[in-house]
Amino acid sequence: MQTDQIYSQLNDVFKEVFNKNDLEINDDTSADQIEEWDSLQHLILMITVEKKFGIKFTAKETQLFNNVGEMVKAIKSKLD
Amino acid sequence: MMDFLSLKKNLSKDFSSFKKIKIAVLGDSATQFLSQSIKGYGYEVDLNFEIYEADYNQIELQVFDRLSDLYRYQPEYIIIQKSALKLLNNFYKTSVSRKSAFGETELRTVREICSSISANSKSKIIFTNYNEINDGVFGNFAAKVESSFLYQIRKINLGLMDLAREIKNLYILDTASINSSFGMNKFTDAKMYINADMVYSLDVLPEIAKQIADIITSIQGRIKKCIILDLDNTLWGGIIGDDGIENIQIGSLGIGKAYSNLQLWLRELKYRGIILTVCSKNTESLAKEPFEKHPDMILHLDDIALFVANWDNKVENIKYIQSVLNLGFDSMVFIDDSRFERGMIKQAIPELTVPDLPEDAAEYVPFLRSLNLFETASYSEQDAERTKLYQEEANRTILYKSFSSEQDFLSNLEMVSEVQDFNKFNAPRIAQLTQRSNQFNLRTIRYTEADILKLASSNEHKCFAFTLKDKYGEYGLIGILILEKQNESLFIDSFIMSCRVLKRSMENFILNQIVEYAKGNGFKNIVGEYLPTVKNVIVKDLFKDYQFKESSGRWYLEVDGFVVKETFIKRK
Repeated sequence: MQTDQIYSQLNDVFKEVFNKNDLEINDDTSADQIEEWDSLQHLILMITVEKKFGIKFTAKETQLFNNVGEMVKAIKSKLD
Repeated sequence: MMDFLSLKKNLSKDFSSFKKIKIAVLGDSATQFLSQSIKGYGYEVDLNFEIYEADYNQIELQVFDRLSDLYRYQPEYIIIQKSALKLLNNFYKTSVSRKSAFGETELRTVREICSSISANSKSKIIFTNYNEINDGVFGNFAAKVESSFLYQIRKINLGLMDLAREIKNLYILDTASINSSFGMNKFTDAKMYINADMVYSLDVLPEIAKQIADIITSIQGRIKKCIILDLDNTLWGGIIGDDGIENIQIGSLGIGKAYSNLQLWLRELKYRGIILTVCSKNTESLAKEPFEKHPDMILHLDDIALFVANWDNKVENIKYIQSVLNLGFDSMVFIDDSRFERGMIKQAIPELTVPDLPEDAAEYVPFLRSLNLFETASYSEQDAERTKLYQEEANRTILYKSFSSEQDFLSNLEMVSEVQDFNKFNAPRIAQLTQRSNQFNLRTIRYTEADILKLASSNEHKCFAFTLKDKYGEYGLIGILILEKQNESLFIDSFIMSCRVLKRSMENFILNQIVEYAKGNGFKNIVGEYLPTVKNVIVKDLFKDYQFKESSGRWYLEVDGFVVKETFIKRK
């Protein structure tokens, strides 16, 4: 899957999880910029991402992502 | 099935028009998502669950302190969520010599929790049982080792059922069953457990929330009472009119086993008190033939309370069934293989439950089982007789038509009623009447069996239960009266009659009983109240019709000068 495809699908997940239709993400988007993005919401996000892309994160990986860029990189490596 | 994100979205919707129910959630692991799911599922069933969530792992702290926030909150329901994973940790901390007694110790704690809650509140307890983990220490050999975890956890689950039989306000949420249908890997998400100490996966949470709501709505009286069955390709394979009795698939022919399994399940529901009826586009004699003659049919004509087979529109036929049985559409389930018929019925009668049956008959039973449509809050052995009662009722309807006046009809029925006090034998049925009856019910207050037993021994109350029989058969216990003594007045807390005995002069008989008791015990007034619901319109004018006088929302009757009402029922 191309990186821009991953972005667009990941953006859909963000819109759904945070219930905001106008949410636009980029590499630097992080928990600091989205008010509702707390540790519990992060879990929901991770699990929804897993479902969307048909991949699995380890318990450790879910704790490591600092921003969207890192997430996209991880998704891409799991899909390849 | 709803997913977790949809339930979460429900949280921002408007609950204000729904009935409010206070719930407390106590868990031995993190319960935030569980609480959100329960609240969100409430929107699906028109209930505003107001939730108090105790802090993390505070079950004992809250339950054993009578001044705790839990009791101050006065919840109607207390959900206690305990997890198998925590249990496993505790088990591992237990010394080897005490492991065989682990289950017993745990059950003792549960009993103490229930006692403390009962002593400090009127709450009903919903307790989760445990998903049965085989921890892999003994493998299958665990069955032979009393000190294995599997042995002890199964003992606890069975022990919880025993406790639920004994403790009337304890209900078990069967997470063990949910786990076995989801599978352990889908039931718990290891990531969520490790990172957030949550034991339910996002996938399983909606099902857990649904089943909690199922328990609560059934206690609130929302239960299914009747199934309307199609015949061709639903109850047997093939079309009786085209294929003939020897070629329909039931028993060993073709995929007959799938249909036999459905019939077996339906017969079991009948024993449990669900009324079975038939609604089929067929020639009646042909439709009845398999029931009468086919050796492999499980269901027979006497299992069916009402058999409607003709070529009329099914919507009209279902309305006819509803009117004869006098049940609400929302308590009926329509089972039909035809998507077209289902669509038409759903549109015409939206209150009716219409499951979208799978294409493959082999999946009928597993699918229907998974819906948990028949949750109930009570069961008594008389429930098995219910079909017979409805059949007898049909006979009365026929007799009724042969008499010119209602009086002639009623006196011909030779009715006898026995007036009983509340006791431990009739308590299950009485509780059930308070939970099931919606129409002839003045205040719609629901009581559990435990409540009924308390009322039975209360000095502030006088309670009566009424049975009725006539020459066609027994109606059983069909009426109850709960009177509260208030100085010189008797307040009618509950006056409930089964809708099967409407228009039998039973209400007159019961009113006479109230006045007779009042006079005999020095009460001067009888005070009544009508609390309207969408379903109890038929008793709206009851007090007015009985010449009670209204004053600021309540109705008053002086017992002096009361003229005994005409009744065709003799007292036993």
